Amino acid sequence: MKKKQISNVFVHIMLSFLVLVWLVPIAWIVLTSFRAQKGSYSATILPKAYTLSNYTRLFAETDIFNFPQWFMNTFIVAVFSCMISSFFILSVSYAMSRLRFKMRKPFMNVALILGMFPGFMSMIAVYYILKGIGLASGPLKLVALVLIYSAGSGAGFFVQKGFFDTISKSIDEAAIIDGCTKWQVFYKITIPLSKPIIVQTVLNAFIAPWIDFIFAKVIIGSEAKYYTVAIGLWNMLTRENITNFYTRFMAGAVLVSIPISLLFMKLQKYYQQTGAGAVKG
Amino acid sequence: MKKGEKKKEFVTGYTVSNAVKKGDVFTRLSMIFLGLGNFARGERAKGILFLTSEVGFLYLFVSFLMPALGMLPSLGLTATEEVFNETTQLYEYTQGDNSMLILLYGIISIFMIAAFVVLWRAAQKSAYKVQYKAQNNIKILGFMQEMKTYLNEELHKLLLTLPVIGVIAITIMPIIYMVSMAFTNYDRDHQPPGNLFTWVGLDNFRLLFNFAGNFGSTFMYVLGWTLIWAVFATGLNYIFGMLLAMVINRKETRFKGFYRMCFVVTIAVPQFVSLLLISQMLQPEGIVNVVLRNTGILGSAESLPFLTNITWARVTVIIVNLWVGMPHTMLTTTGILNNIPPELYEAAKVDGANKFVTFFKITLPYMLHVTGPYLITTFVGNINNFNVIYLLTGGKPNTMEYYRMTAGKTDLLVTWLYKLTIDNRDYNLGAVIGIMVFAISAFFSLIVYRRTGSYKNEEGFQ
Repeated sequence: MKKKQISNVFVHIMLSFLVLVWLVPIAWIVLTSFRAQKGSYSATILPKAYTLSNYTRLFAETDIFNFPQWFMNTFIVAVFSCMISSFFILSVSYAMSRLRFKMRKPFMNVALILGMFPGFMSMIAVYYILKGIGLASGPLKLVALVLIYSAGSGAGFFVQKGFFDTISKSIDEAAIIDGCTKWQVFYKITIPLSKPIIVQTVLNAFIAPWIDFIFAKVIIGSEAKYYTVAIGLWNMLTRENITNFYTRFMAGAVLVSIPISLLFMKLQKYYQQTGAGAVKG
Repeated sequence: MKKGEKKKEFVTGYTVSNAVKKGDVFTRLSMIFLGLGNFARGERAKGILFLTSEVGFLYLFVSFLMPALGMLPSLGLTATEEVFNETTQLYEYTQGDNSMLILLYGIISIFMIAAFVVLWRAAQKSAYKVQYKAQNNIKILGFMQEMKTYLNEELHKLLLTLPVIGVIAITIMPIIYMVSMAFTNYDRDHQPPGNLFTWVGLDNFRLLFNFAGNFGSTFMYVLGWTLIWAVFATGLNYIFGMLLAMVINRKETRFKGFYRMCFVVTIAVPQFVSLLLISQMLQPEGIVNVVLRNTGILGSAESLPFLTNITWARVTVIIVNLWVGMPHTMLTTTGILNNIPPELYEAAKVDGANKFVTFFKITLPYMLHVTGPYLITTFVGNINNFNVIYLLTGGKPNTMEYYRMTAGKTDLLVTWLYKLTIDNRDYNLGAVIGIMVFAISAFFSLIVYRRTGSYKNEEGFQ
């Protein structure tokens, strides 16, 4: 019994240590965001003086780095791309799961193969195509970003299809006997039954523009007006800006991370539910 | 289901070959005038739609597609040139061909022609269908009634049209565009506008597979590191993440929810924030070195070369990736670990097995069996793990050994691809590397799909 207690204490000490290792960078972000001295160099772990000015200046001094504007840009892009891609993904996954037609298997195979190309290999080409149709200048850049995040999303339907596959088909059949069209089955029966997977799809699509920065960097280029938060914050850490903006980067990072974390926690709940649904069959 | 039966599943009599063989005069004339058959037999709206799209296509064909396709084999002949203008006494530039746009328009044209072929075939089938109905006295639906079938029998067409157009335009077309660049000499010395590039066949692949050459040897080194990275990043994350999940899952461990939440918080912080921050912390003047100096472990001028020494940097990225990835593995494995039948453990206990034996003989085999596909997907994901490398080290430390210093010692194939195309504009070489990454990913993914039952037997759960 004693041996067990010792190992138990050991486990708890080890877990606490790990938690510390995992949380130190996060705590560091929060602490630095309140730090009064400028610059990335710091001689001590804890700041010598605290201030809120990093946050206030982020919103007040918008001449070089317009954080509120980036936030709005990202929000708008996220809302639209979330709507379009959720609609696309759910339509395709429902069609693949429930409808039977000639091109179904070939379409699934093509989607599999497309998934194996590195995502941004086609990025340059997408950029030129969008430029070719006049979507790569001015505020239209944001439209281009929406298209990039959402238009190709129809190929990523496998998780959602897997979920629809687990919903019993006998409900559909009963509804069809009662005179429902397949469209009515889709939006009156399948959609209400699939809340977990829909929330998951919507949230994932909404989060993507906040955390992506490769595509945004290529499409937006150097026009600071149309930055999303990810590229904007990244630019604060370039060599010429880091001394002045390091602490403000941290403040911005905290502000972006809070909504994302909340959404993610929400998402986590639904992940577990979808998992349970799949097992129940 | 046998193959023969499968083929029969979707057979209808309304095929293009039947339209050609059994069609009457209207149906056959529809081959030239799309929609004529529909129009003659009362499907007015449909017939007009077919005909207008044909006219539109023909207009496009003459005005856009023909010139675009004509330029495609050469990718442009006249380069931009400097000409001395006698009257103004100035040098002027003549407008030359832009090879990049020619290639792009050529590919768009090919897609448009393919779209027209699809439309043409649909028109033939439709014409034969309406002829068949008229001959056999089957009621021909009005336009609105026909539209209603798109909510029922033809629902898949309604649901799929827009997503498929999106995938073709934003995913397939760009991929083909990039792949075709692998067969050109579109590199930093052939930048349009101003310079032309042209088809060079397999030259870029010869360059790649000439391992004695600089490019080929760089490829081998970067590929080697990519695979080492992927093996360690996947394997260590898997083992340690699972151990973490098991330790938290233990009956005796308290505050389970708290521990899990602490780890999940780190996933929720966007990677570009956490990784950029860690990269800052590990700089020679970063907080980690400062703390080590303050505590006297390092001398006042010393620093540990976390990201500047080659071996240190490589080990650092793998360890930092543990920080990134372990919580993910913990989350995915927690549920599955709970599903392992407890009888197995009890039996092992009766037989006197200790913890290590039960882990290696029961837990690990069970987990590998269940999460095998997940493991390989993660492996492929790590081969393509752009974020961790790009945000943490940016591929550095750089080296003279690598091709034109385009890659650093921690660069993966994907980050090298990014640097080749975005920073160095060697689009042809970037495309070749992209194709190789595709081949490697496809190889490992195929192993997964051959093994998973869910792909072959989709309806097993219902």
